[in-house]
Amino acid sequence: MFTRNTLLAVCLALLAGHGAALAESPNLGKIASPEEIASWDISIGPDGAGLPPGSGTPQQGEQVYLAKCLACHGEKGAGKPNDALAGGQGSLGPGQAPVKTVGSFWPYATTLFDYVRRAMPLNESKSLRDEEVYAVVAYILLLNGVIGESDTIDAKTLPAVRMPNRDGFVRFSRGK
Amino acid sequence: MSKNKRPALSEPEQAAGNGMLDRRLFLTGTAAAIGSAAMADHARAEALPVEPWMKTPGSPFVPYGQPSKYTTKVARVFASAPGTTGTGASRTPHHLLDGMITPNGLHFERHHSGIPDINPETHRLLIHGLVKRPLIYTLEALMRYPMESRIAFIECAGNSQLMYQKEPAQLGVQPIHGLLSCAEWTGVRLATLLEDAGVEARAQWIVAEGADAAGMSRSVPLEKAMGDALVAIYQNGEPVRPSNGYPMRLLLPGYEGNMNVKWLRRIKLTEGPVMTKDETSKYTMLQNDGKSLQFCFAQEAKSVITRPSPGLTMGAPGLYEITGLAWSGYGRIAKVDVSADGGASWAPAALQELVLPMAVTRFRLPWRWDGGPATLQSRATDDSGYVQPTRSKLIADRGARAVYHFNGIACWGVTQLGEVKHVYA
Repeated sequence: MFTRNTLLAVCLALLAGHGAALAESPNLGKIASPEEIASWDISIGPDGAGLPPGSGTPQQGEQVYLAKCLACHGEKGAGKPNDALAGGQGSLGPGQAPVKTVGSFWPYATTLFDYVRRAMPLNESKSLRDEEVYAVVAYILLLNGVIGESDTIDAKTLPAVRMPNRDGFVRFSRGK
Repeated sequence: MSKNKRPALSEPEQAAGNGMLDRRLFLTGTAAAIGSAAMADHARAEALPVEPWMKTPGSPFVPYGQPSKYTTKVARVFASAPGTTGTGASRTPHHLLDGMITPNGLHFERHHSGIPDINPETHRLLIHGLVKRPLIYTLEALMRYPMESRIAFIECAGNSQLMYQKEPAQLGVQPIHGLLSCAEWTGVRLATLLEDAGVEARAQWIVAEGADAAGMSRSVPLEKAMGDALVAIYQNGEPVRPSNGYPMRLLLPGYEGNMNVKWLRRIKLTEGPVMTKDETSKYTMLQNDGKSLQFCFAQEAKSVITRPSPGLTMGAPGLYEITGLAWSGYGRIAKVDVSADGGASWAPAALQELVLPMAVTRFRLPWRWDGGPATLQSRATDDSGYVQPTRSKLIADRGARAVYHFNGIACWGVTQLGEVKHVYA
């Protein structure tokens, strides 16, 4: 009986196109509730999927930046001791020494929200409120000339920001 | 001349220029003849000493074994980002190791915010997104699943990036190529867990996320997740080390190190990639034309000679074994050629069993060093027919600003004094 079931499983797996038989599962996962998922799901898609309520302005963000970011990323995102966050636009061309920053290199502004919220400030990640994240994202975008001083960043405006290097990426394929 | 007569010392079985010998030499016994000539000179008149450790009982048992106190140099080297302690990388000392398996305490590390101290009792793996049933797994639950092992290398995409530099960095195997290790990983097929959750037809990607303070996350094509991906719980037979993802990590055989997410806590099924920081601003390759290659997942075929190599000064001229590692994220190593004359001529190395897909392969070749200058190189070919390119070919094609995925041929120059230096040929 086991053998017949196994054979059946093999056939089903092959039909499903996975190419290999899946092991029978003890099925020991517990159903996750929407509440449980909400507290952990911090991924932000390039279309803005997952962005929380709230908003921030560059002016508000400057205060967050001075308090939380300056020590590692320098004045106005100039970098040192850690990564530069601003500048470098136009430095990717042939023969140039590339200066990769949010403004010169990052293709999506949504990534900035995702990354700051999950990983920054390095020594106390996940400590910023969503409003503070929106604000500091707005400030960094302003430093790069991507948005204006009076712009507000929220779940609607952030994915609409067009980053300067948005078209600067090509999908890798082997042998190319 | 009798059939059994060994070749004279002056007529080694040269397989390529500058003393490269046939790979079967050590097997046929002729090596002993070549090597024995000088040995007779060292015979002494005194008796061999009976050492103190032969006369009293040795040390007692310990719960977890440690290496000999005489091997403290067999250790990782590491550097952290400014102002941090655990953010950076440590590198495997391949010049002091042999075989194909990297010991757990010497496996390379790349952490984006240190090593989290995870309590396995409270750790959870959440699978959600485009699934019929979002599920939460405990470690205890996963331990009851059927398991599989894969002997697989993990290589940081940034390994060997120093070779994009204009001048050869005066460093050795460990600092240049040490972001590579190989272990036996055992765990649960990710496909089994995704099947538990029920993959929706729209799902094409997963996002894998770690429980470290950086929440390191990467998008992975669903096809790989449903293929040979593992949620690894064991590393070389023991629980995965904290530095490598305890209590569980994602293993994507052949894929760049960063995607093998450590401290795995969440997998979200999505229609497209989420464009995380580590698949846009990092781990993309800026080419000559200003465009960057994105989503280069598998590590290309590559090899490096681990002995001789910088830091290991040659002794007297004579017979040496050249050995090293070869690997490909696209399959199995089919061939490794070795040159002692800067690539002018090549001899095929012996590939030591096991030769596995997405694992390192140990290669060996006898070499008779005549005491003169030599330039040692190895060149891997994988079973897809791909041949490891020269450094100049790689840079001509891709430029020197790519940072990641450097897999060009590495060269060690041997001087007349027996020093071994990193050179470009």
